[in-house]
Amino acid sequence: MKFETPAGTNPIDAMKVIGQAVDRVDGKLKTTGQAPYAYEHSEIPAKPAFGYVIGAGIAKGRIASFNAEEARRMPGVLAIVSAKNAQPLGKGSMNTAKLLGGPNVDHYHQALAVVVAESFEQARSAANAVRITYDRAQGRFDLVAQKPGAQPLTGNDADTHTGDFEGAFASAPVQVDQTYTTPDQNHAMMEPFATIAWWEGDALSVWTSNQMIAWNKRELAKTFQMPPDKVHVRSPFIGGGFGGKLFLRADAVMAALGAKACGRPVKIAMPRPLMLNNATHRPATIQRIRLGSTRDGKLTAIGHESWSGDLPGGGPETATQQTRLLYAAANRLTALRLAELDLPEANAMRAPGEAPGLMALEIAIDEMAEKLAMDPVKFRVLNDTQVDPEHPQRPFSQRNLVRCLEDGAARFGWSRRSARPAQMREGRWLIGMGVAAGFRNNINMTSAARVRLAGDGTVTVETDMTDIGTGSYTIIAQTAAEMMGLPLEKVRVKLGDSSFPVSAGSGGQWGANSSTSGVYAACAKLRDLAAQSLGMDPASVQFADGEVRAGNRSAPLADAAKSGELVAEETMQWGDLGRKFQQSTFGAHFVEVAVDFYTGETRVRRMLAVCAAGRILNPKTARSQVIGAMTMGVGGALMEELAVDKRFGFFVNHDLAGYEVPVHADIPHQDVVFLDEEDDKVSPMKAKGVGELGLCGVGAAVANAVYNATGVRVRDYPITLDKYLADLPEPV
Amino acid sequence: MAQQPPTMAVSLEVNGEPQALMLDTRTTLLDALRDHIGLMGTKKGCDHGQCGACTVLVNGIRINSCLSLAVMHEGDAVTTIEGLGTPQELHPMQAAFVKHDGFQCGYCTPGQICSAVAVLDEIKAGIPSHVQGDIGGAPDMTVLEMRERMSGNLCRCGAYSNIAEAMAEVAGVRIAETHDAEVRV
Repeated sequence: MKFETPAGTNPIDAMKVIGQAVDRVDGKLKTTGQAPYAYEHSEIPAKPAFGYVIGAGIAKGRIASFNAEEARRMPGVLAIVSAKNAQPLGKGSMNTAKLLGGPNVDHYHQALAVVVAESFEQARSAANAVRITYDRAQGRFDLVAQKPGAQPLTGNDADTHTGDFEGAFASAPVQVDQTYTTPDQNHAMMEPFATIAWWEGDALSVWTSNQMIAWNKRELAKTFQMPPDKVHVRSPFIGGGFGGKLFLRADAVMAALGAKACGRPVKIAMPRPLMLNNATHRPATIQRIRLGSTRDGKLTAIGHESWSGDLPGGGPETATQQTRLLYAAANRLTALRLAELDLPEANAMRAPGEAPGLMALEIAIDEMAEKLAMDPVKFRVLNDTQVDPEHPQRPFSQRNLVRCLEDGAARFGWSRRSARPAQMREGRWLIGMGVAAGFRNNINMTSAARVRLAGDGTVTVETDMTDIGTGSYTIIAQTAAEMMGLPLEKVRVKLGDSSFPVSAGSGGQWGANSSTSGVYAACAKLRDLAAQSLGMDPASVQFADGEVRAGNRSAPLADAAKSGELVAEETMQWGDLGRKFQQSTFGAHFVEVAVDFYTGETRVRRMLAVCAAGRILNPKTARSQVIGAMTMGVGGALMEELAVDKRFGFFVNHDLAGYEVPVHADIPHQDVVFLDEEDDKVSPMKAKGVGELGLCGVGAAVANAVYNATGVRVRDYPITLDKYLADLPEPV
Repeated sequence: MAQQPPTMAVSLEVNGEPQALMLDTRTTLLDALRDHIGLMGTKKGCDHGQCGACTVLVNGIRINSCLSLAVMHEGDAVTTIEGLGTPQELHPMQAAFVKHDGFQCGYCTPGQICSAVAVLDEIKAGIPSHVQGDIGGAPDMTVLEMRERMSGNLCRCGAYSNIAEAMAEVAGVRIAETHDAEVRV
């Protein structure tokens, strides 16, 4: 099925199941410990051995000596695999650094070897007995130092120019020209990278923890230089990903190498302290933003430049993305610059581009509103656009940012905010409110599913889609139930298996809309098969209450499969509506903070997100996506930072004690409002993503609230108290 | 032939069932539960006592099972998430987590639920906390107390607000801040 024209009325519009705030269908499994994650599967052909990965102790250089003699003789040790004795490996097309290093070392904690033993304790102990010495080479670890040599990019990441930015900015009566920085950040998903791998002849099977099953299968095949049809990947439950599990990682490669070496299944969970330097992270950015405005608050010039770094061959953090689309202004410039760094591999983390981009842009907008003496909500409303500012003939498919802002302001009590900072006090607390716009594009990905109607009237959905906590199981069940006119409990959903049709997978907030659209397409086909089986005209049937109805005839849906299971498989593909219309999601984030006069401690007291993201498939799971993203946004604003050791080239705080993320006590009750929308130009589901939108803008809303509370503007994230304590106003 | 590592016998009661194990003495209680008894509900998030995913109840008290060697628990009664309830018969805290969507990916969830059950007991038992107004008095059953005491259990999906609502419901505390998701016309 190809989605080429805006959706008309379709069976989803009944919204008997879709749009309902039903409990997660996998909720009882997850809350009772019965949902098996990668390391926990017992469906394996033999007793597993345990692998322990050894990471490089330097950031750049060569292995001088690798001595595993003592380790090999230790109890229970079955195999030690390193680049010296491993088969030649290819490199996945989406990996920048090799997943098995040696003799050259490309980054700190790059995997250099796996020790396989009968028990975890034996493997760990033997890994500690492997002696590696290095010839350390000079590396580049400091983005500030490498910034002058950073290079422009081509293709989607090339500079953009609209109108005459330099001229318009220079002549603008009101200007903001500021530089902001965001630090390296880590996904810190709760489930470590984990894999159980085994070989049967030349075929490789893995239970793993991965967001993109088809990518993982392809990359495993490429790495082991084998045909993809010999690789079986399963990942039915995933303990969080946030972009960190988009790609093939070392756990799977090292488990497969270990399994080959010892002839048994091998299970590996990456030790947490190894994960933060071994795997990918969101790279730090330096962002310069220039805004020019008329005195009455109309933006005339918007310029956004961003510098980030990555290993040679890597990519930039696309922090300027949203700036091309968020506000009107005739004269515009964006530019990305990429420096080479020898830190661990930079890559996607939740809302790559927009998350750090909006952290900067939405402070700059606050600064401009203040210079203009305008309310920051009103200033944003005044500069809204309903068209792509670079291509004014191209409208947004739907854009209700203004309503998000105005509705949110009314609900949050924004009118009680003091425009002058550091004016609101409660005892020892300085109180402040902040606002920021949220923006993230909608992306559609090809997505396929198979649906089976059994003789008992139940429907089973099979697709390689993943549920990383996003609620895929639930919304896919809701989609199939709605399409087939069944109650939710008559639908079974099987996910995360490479033997199922290839779905969109989980990333870029494309999962919900794309994967349910694939299920919609497969169910449309199954409806035709069911109608034909019952001798009804597929064009005029209705599916409701477990029955198929046409004119005055009706039959139980189960009867359609009386003489055998009906199976339909279909792929949703996308036409050019995404080019004709800019498809995006919008939000407004409101935050209230209290900052302690004496200690500088910042507490987030209230949070509200108003989101416009098309039809909300399940308000309960969608709301959880948004509150979770808001929580991550508080982390980004106030505490999250991978601290770089610029001498030795690694992230120092590489565990969950050192890399601080929000805890229960940091997060207040959070309010979420979804505008009641349907976007008929994005898909038959009329839905868009919310999982990344919820993060976009939160950091700046917190930052603007801290400024409003204290009168101290911090442009260097995270906003820790050392950056403003000395400048706090005197206690009264 | 290399010398074998020292092993030791240990007997535990896990979810009411006696378990007699012969373990490498380096085995943590967490790994004994997962790799030796096969109870995979208790999760390993960091193995360093930093995340709380491995929280279980030992003789009714919550601990990070990754920070404790199994052989230290001779004769102890251990309750894991599997011992609290089953999909067919949920513990009230498990049911409240489902109702309030107090989780997303689910990986920290067994630890959150074990902690949540223990936290309500700790407040009832008068065990003091950092956020208590009067350290000499009894702590109040408030969401503030619960959030403070739950702060050793990380949830990167950020379900804290919903977990607070689940706990408040089980504790019988009305919090004015409870809201359902709202779709506004």
